[in-house]
Amino acid sequence: MIIRNFLIAWKLSLKGDKKFYAWLTFLVILMAIGANAYISQMNRGLIVTAMRDQVSWGFYISNFTFLVGVAAAAVLLVVPAYLYDFKPIKEIVLFGELLAITAITMCIMFIMADMGQPWRVWHLMPFIGTMNFPASLLAWDVLVLNGYLAINTAIAFYVLYRLSIGKEYRMSVIGPLIILSIPWAISIHTVTAFLYNGLSARPFWNASILAPRFLASAFCSGPALMIIVFQLIRKLSEVEIEDRALFKIAELIAYAMGINLFLLGAEIFKEFYSGSIHSAPIQYLYFGLHGHAKLVPWIWTATLLNLTAFFIFLFPKLRENFTILNIACFFMIIGIYIEKGMGLVIPGFIPDTLGEIYEYSPSSTEVLVTVGIWATGALIYTMLLKFSLPIYTGKLRFQKYKES
Amino acid sequence: MSNSCRRKGINRRAFLQGAAAGLAGMTLPLDNAHASFWDAFLQKHFREMNDTEIKKVISRLEKECEEKYKKVVSIGTEKPLPGVQFGYGLDLSRCIGCRRCVYACVEENNQSLDPQIHWISVLRFKKGDKWVDLENSEKYYNPEKVPQKEYFYMPVQCQQCENPPCVRACPTQATWKEPDGIVVIDYNWCIGCRYCMAACPYGARRFNWASPNRPAEKLNPKTHYLGNRPRYKGVVEKCTFCIQRTRNGRYPACVEICPVGARKFGNLLDPNSEIRYAIEHKRVFRLKEDLNTYPKFYYFFAYGR
Amino acid sequence: MLLAAVILPAELAGAEEHTPPAKKFLVPPPPFSPGIFPCSQCHQGMPANRTPRKLEMMHQDITLKHMPGGWCFDCHNPDNRDKLKLSNGKMVPFDESYNLCGQCHGTILREWKAGLHGKRTGMWNGEKQYLLCVHCHWPHEPAFKPLTPMPPPVRPVDIK
Repeated sequence: MIIRNFLIAWKLSLKGDKKFYAWLTFLVILMAIGANAYISQMNRGLIVTAMRDQVSWGFYISNFTFLVGVAAAAVLLVVPAYLYDFKPIKEIVLFGELLAITAITMCIMFIMADMGQPWRVWHLMPFIGTMNFPASLLAWDVLVLNGYLAINTAIAFYVLYRLSIGKEYRMSVIGPLIILSIPWAISIHTVTAFLYNGLSARPFWNASILAPRFLASAFCSGPALMIIVFQLIRKLSEVEIEDRALFKIAELIAYAMGINLFLLGAEIFKEFYSGSIHSAPIQYLYFGLHGHAKLVPWIWTATLLNLTAFFIFLFPKLRENFTILNIACFFMIIGIYIEKGMGLVIPGFIPDTLGEIYEYSPSSTEVLVTVGIWATGALIYTMLLKFSLPIYTGKLRFQKYKES
Repeated sequence: MSNSCRRKGINRRAFLQGAAAGLAGMTLPLDNAHASFWDAFLQKHFREMNDTEIKKVISRLEKECEEKYKKVVSIGTEKPLPGVQFGYGLDLSRCIGCRRCVYACVEENNQSLDPQIHWISVLRFKKGDKWVDLENSEKYYNPEKVPQKEYFYMPVQCQQCENPPCVRACPTQATWKEPDGIVVIDYNWCIGCRYCMAACPYGARRFNWASPNRPAEKLNPKTHYLGNRPRYKGVVEKCTFCIQRTRNGRYPACVEICPVGARKFGNLLDPNSEIRYAIEHKRVFRLKEDLNTYPKFYYFFAYGR
Repeated sequence: MLLAAVILPAELAGAEEHTPPAKKFLVPPPPFSPGIFPCSQCHQGMPANRTPRKLEMMHQDITLKHMPGGWCFDCHNPDNRDKLKLSNGKMVPFDESYNLCGQCHGTILREWKAGLHGKRTGMWNGEKQYLLCVHCHWPHEPAFKPLTPMPPPVRPVDIK
């Protein structure tokens, strides 16, 4: 019965207006371009990227890192609503969870795209393969990310199922999952930070401040993305999302960005004041090193965007004006995408462990595959929303199955 | 729906189901060519295979090599010798930066020529400035003659650490430390995530960004499963102290080719070995000792100039 | 494989004190210029002119850039050109010339015997082949000549 209802809801989600089909077509075209680029990568190997031995991780892992933050924040910000009963946010928890599901799926896609032998992924699995747990932080990451995906899928679909038969969710079912999901959300991003942090070979990453910075920046970019997405949902459907909810999120972003900037300041002080040879990567990032300065304009742009966004979010008068709020959100998303993406991964490899500088910037194949994966994510989120909204708004209801 | 429509529907459905089943059936390994694909895909981790399974894998791999290179290739599985911990010594007062070790290694270990892979990197440092100043080192020096008076040279390769960060990092245990100290990789298990490359403090690991290219006439047919056998696209590789040689008692290729005798190799547990002599009589140091990786690669200056 | 095993205990020409037999070192034959050895094929019967001078008739291509102030008979044996002469008068064959070099370069000889100096090939846990000093250091001009380096690695930007 559940399966039949699911299929009915699924079929319903495929129906939409012209704008919907145009959007889907646009996404599918981007996905096709990405898939084509990925096929060339499968054929020739990762040599079609700009990654080389000296900089062995690049654009794919940058995107992965950014999206883990989005996934963590999507839940962290809203799931407490289940517990604290702040009604304006309580209504939008589901959309945050769906965003988390999408973000994790995109993370998994980026990892698969980055692997040299992706069909061997079963080697990673516990029991079937030989997962190096607990020594390898990557093994931890596989476990926590997939666990997070499972938890969020369970919560979201349970809530939807209950709604679809006209009932409220049962706290006894969802409570434990929510209690679990809050520390789990923190842990996915902490584990991701630790996998960089634990490498003594890379002094740029081997800093205790990395995990707190990850969480602080996640709390900025994730909610900023959500503010924009929720306004779109509000516009394109009948869902009512109170301004109060969005402004509350904006307020939390202000605090998070303050912390993020403070931590950045702490790192800048330590690196530039003590000035050991280990400061070479941050020197490269902000000022260039031995004539190599490709990332310098990017990081300064990101810093400027983050600072501007911070000041906008700081003042209620500014953040409660939707035009300014949206601009600030875009600034924040782009600023953190740069800072936590390329601005984190690449300086870890420059200079490399033997002092060599290889300046990496993504090849066209990498960019196309990335665009394809983002389009896939957009498609997944669109379909998740399209699937959930009729149930959420009450337009789609099923009779509870009665035993004959 | 009218009766006729419903019948058409059923027929169409049946046809589609049948076609799908037929296509799926075609992908099943019903012939030998496909059988080897599944054998390769489902191959177990080297350390989890018993001797019979290993024999089967070896014969399959040897056959694949023979088909590809039209040459008989032997893939050995020599086990570590008991009572042996390999150690390597490098006399920095003698290295002249000629790179003959780099190319001897390439020939012995079947490294890809295009894209080029070198397991050994020789770094050039300026005398008198900092000590081992990696940031100002030069790997791409190409003067008429070496050594040049103002510089000294230091080759770097896998240090076969006693406490290897790469082994800790690998999510699938595709790389591990053998009892004789060599850190090895099972090329059929590596998923190519390159976390080990991020973890290695010595830049010792290389990735096959494309399919490795080595012409058959340059293939060294005497190989080891964990060492110099032909590798694949998308896996990591590195120096293995010439495991195919050293487990049979021979010196690594780089030791034998060095024209100035800067390279020393032996059993750290043998008090009469050259490497023990070096450690006991010279002021040895290891690279990045502050990271507590405990490399087996000891650098020293036997003779100053 | 290309090494002829020339193992000879240090022979002492003439009467001498009893010295323990020297350790056997497996070395390839000395790198003589073709036809130059045995020296006695020319020097048999030739009187030895012990005046230090620049040679003009034969071996004029050899300029000694080693041991400033020294000359041929500091190492070569005027009475028997097929052997080398130690400073205490004892003679050593050419395939044990390391004993001659070791008189001044004692620390290097010690390290060469321990295997730390110079190139060795063979088995790390078995038989090893040494090289004579002269295989790398031409005794008349021992400074090691610079070599042409092999090509540098391809830069990562050039790997396509």
